Amino acid sequence: MNVVTELILVLISAALVNNVILSQFLGLCPFLGVSKKVETAAGMGVAVIFVITIASAVCSAIYMFILDPLDLTYLNTIVFILVIAALVQLVEMVLKKSMPALYKALGVYLPLITTNCAVLGVALTNVQKYADGNLMLFSIFNGAGTAIGFTIAIVLMASIRERIEHNDVTKSFRGQPIVLVTAGLMAIAFCGFAGII
Amino acid sequence: MSKNKYISTLTNGLFKENPTFVLMLGMCPTLAVTTSAINGLGMGLSTTVVLMLSNFFIGCLRNVIPDKVRIPAYIVIIASFVTVVDLLLQAYIPSLYESLGIYIPLIVVNCIIFGRAESFAGKNPGLLSLFDGIGMGLGFTGAITIIGLVRELLGAGTFFGIEVLTKIGYTPASIFIMAPGAFFVLSVLTALQNKLKAPSATNVEGSGCDQIACGGNCSTCGGSVFVSNKGMIEKAKAEADAKAAAEKAAKAAAAKAAKEAASKEEE
Repeated sequence: MNVVTELILVLISAALVNNVILSQFLGLCPFLGVSKKVETAAGMGVAVIFVITIASAVCSAIYMFILDPLDLTYLNTIVFILVIAALVQLVEMVLKKSMPALYKALGVYLPLITTNCAVLGVALTNVQKYADGNLMLFSIFNGAGTAIGFTIAIVLMASIRERIEHNDVTKSFRGQPIVLVTAGLMAIAFCGFAGII
Repeated sequence: MSKNKYISTLTNGLFKENPTFVLMLGMCPTLAVTTSAINGLGMGLSTTVVLMLSNFFIGCLRNVIPDKVRIPAYIVIIASFVTVVDLLLQAYIPSLYESLGIYIPLIVVNCIIFGRAESFAGKNPGLLSLFDGIGMGLGFTGAITIIGLVRELLGAGTFFGIEVLTKIGYTPASIFIMAPGAFFVLSVLTALQNKLKAPSATNVEGSGCDQIACGGNCSTCGGSVFVSNKGMIEKAKAEADAKAAAEKAAKAAAAKAAKEAASKEEE
């Protein structure tokens, strides 16, 4: 298999087969919290794609050029979480300065992403999975794929929730429980992707 | 009296403010690792250890850490203890380390730990924070062990790995130990809470931010910490600016008055 096919496979498997929310349960808080409207869900999704891709690249670069050569791989967790927190702040500042329109759209979600476990989760799985190969390239694709998977799931969820709003749900299932049932059904649907790779 | 305080802090985490059932915090590990009771127990105890140590240290250092950099400081403290637990598990209980996998380092971003650091340990002395950590940690452990137990019983027919239901002719519904089952079990659980009107973050109305609510209690969620911190810094800046402006104005007024007085004297 050449590198391009492999990268495409990584992208698809991260986005659909091992969907970050529905099969790995990472990033569940924004998935449940920010999925009331399609617009906000899409905004969050774009912000996540942006941050996860950059964070994957930066974290794998740090691992490749600093932590691994110096035998400091046990510091992974500490370094990555700090890098991600700093990175989110940096992205926020850069966006505010250079792209005010985008900042206005994503601004509120950016601080929330720091504590999104999907970002740290992806950074950590990257260095575990692809440490011997072309780490940087695969990390970026895996990160982007994961984030796309997140966006697909959250936008789908938001569209379903917009419909649920008008339905007559049993009283005790209103709110969170019905959302969780929906998520469970979506997870079953995503199980269907398991065989394709 | 002081003994009472410690005990009430302990039971507060165990029952009254149970992090999983009442505060609805730390949902990611709650759903991800509860495929069996033993996994839930292992995850819960690891989290408890981290929570205890981080709460204790943050409680002790709360007067040393400047307010504006408290979040990076908390993150470093928490991440250090998570690394310690991670390495210990890898060395001594490799089987559990294998089955929990990526979720051990992810204890760092567990909202419970961050939430307690922000809402309790940052305001209370070390020892009391330690007790809060124990209470909250055990509350979390109990909750996810119970969820794990239910899922394992329904999904595999076993109880802590011992065959129970399969012996009496029950066919395990393996969907419960797969991903969808986690959502179903939690949804039934929250529905029960709603039905029984038990206190829970999800059935409290008007938590303040409907748009970006984190599903549960906003005030203890890690993300809102960043937002509120930013707000605080901005407010402090604005106050400082206003103060400077007021001083300037006062100075100018004083100078003007002095000038006027001087010109009057000349007359």
